Amino acid sequence: MDDNIIPLIKCRQLTLGYGSKDLVRDLDYDVNVGDYLCIIGRNGSGKTTFLRGIAGLLKPKSGSIDLCEGLKRSEIGLLPQMTVVQKDFPASVEEIVLSAFQGKFRLLPFYGRAQRDRAMECMALTRTESLRKSCFRELSGGQKQRVLLARALCAAERLLLLDEPVTGLDPESAETMYRIINDLHKNGMTVVMVTHDVDSALDSATRVMNFDQISVKGK
Amino acid sequence: MPELIEKLSFFLEFPFVRYAIIVGVLVSLCSSLLGVTLVLKRYSYIGDGLSHVAFGALALAAVLKVTNNMVIILPVTIAVAVLLLCTGKHARIKGDAAIAMVSVGALAIGYLLMNIFSTSANISGDVCTTLFGSTSILTLRVEEVVLCVVLSCIVLLVFVLFYHKIFAITFDENFAQATGVNTTLFNLLIAVIVAVIIVLAMNLVGALLVSALVVFPSLSAMRVFKSFRAVTVAAAIISVMCSLIGIVVAILAGTPVGSTIVAADIVVFLLFYSISLIQGRDA
Repeated sequence: MDDNIIPLIKCRQLTLGYGSKDLVRDLDYDVNVGDYLCIIGRNGSGKTTFLRGIAGLLKPKSGSIDLCEGLKRSEIGLLPQMTVVQKDFPASVEEIVLSAFQGKFRLLPFYGRAQRDRAMECMALTRTESLRKSCFRELSGGQKQRVLLARALCAAERLLLLDEPVTGLDPESAETMYRIINDLHKNGMTVVMVTHDVDSALDSATRVMNFDQISVKGK
Repeated sequence: MPELIEKLSFFLEFPFVRYAIIVGVLVSLCSSLLGVTLVLKRYSYIGDGLSHVAFGALALAAVLKVTNNMVIILPVTIAVAVLLLCTGKHARIKGDAAIAMVSVGALAIGYLLMNIFSTSANISGDVCTTLFGSTSILTLRVEEVVLCVVLSCIVLLVFVLFYHKIFAITFDENFAQATGVNTTLFNLLIAVIVAVIIVLAMNLVGALLVSALVVFPSLSAMRVFKSFRAVTVAAAIISVMCSLIGIVVAILAGTPVGSTIVAADIVVFLLFYSISLIQGRDA
């Protein structure tokens, strides 16, 4: 690991929750540049809530989440858990991957060459370029996840947030998914992943955050 | 056949028939475009709920003896649409229950108002017309046609300009928000144009049949087409064709316009459903 640790996201005295229920309480934590951080813990322990907080989907009840190093929201890629709506959505893979650029180009009603090229690149990295014209609802679970990863990549220039990216996948698809994520991390992407798969998490992660103990250790 | 064409061209001489066709095409175009988004977001019933609200507002306008009833109907429907579509996941009363509540509530109060304060001798006739749009489309005034054209053009423009944003939000609101799209603003925009379309569509097919215009064309298109753009374009074409056929048949056969259009939509849906079954067997 690099000696000079540079924080990319700083959480201070962070409390997150829904309604009257707090899932994360008074948390001080930094996600650093170049981290491959795995977040593990039981269902309902607050893993996804924390990720949603970082992604800007949930406002802190108190405390703060600061983006450092000039990181912008539009440079964060998110791979959320798939929703029921998406499972039978009539859209081509290309349309979905390109939709990642909507946060960056606020008023353009169409996509330019640069964006199409970048989308192709991300599809190549996630091995989905051959599915470009396919319909999302007709893909297998593993293919769907890779398409959503390609979309996240299009948006992620510096930080990739993954919410249980291999849940429901067969071992082979999960293996492919992990390999792609590992390669991305090696090429300089900061990765934060919520997962149930503790063994794989310990295998490749540089840091692990365990929400069952809210103890946080480095490796 | 020649007599039919002759009869048709005879009818086309009348301005009210031409108005009906203009309004029919525009309204069905707009409703089908937004319909794709609403169906995919699991908001199919929003059209129905909002049209009942529009009915209630119409009754209120009649009671208050407002000459241009749009002044009341549009703002009320827009307000309810914003309330229903934008409170989203954190509302105390969840989506479908809220729609059901508002929808029957408005319908009941509307009918009550019409009965208590009615100025007309034929209440049930009036109510039936509003609910099923039996003849209102053939009695459109020029101002109403102009209003419809203007509002439809605004809706179309908004849809074309923000097509990609609407797609991104429909497919994955969380992702869009996380990457910096102002989802609150766009949900608000969608709610407002949905309300406008519903109010316009009420003229065409009547309050009870509005959701047919919203759901049938997009459901038909989704059976067969595989990309969002193809589904949107196909839904628009299907919707316009069905409305045209419906209006023409209604005029020639003397059937109620609204239900004839919806019947055409149902036939097309069954056709596309069969096509999808055949496709599925080939694959």
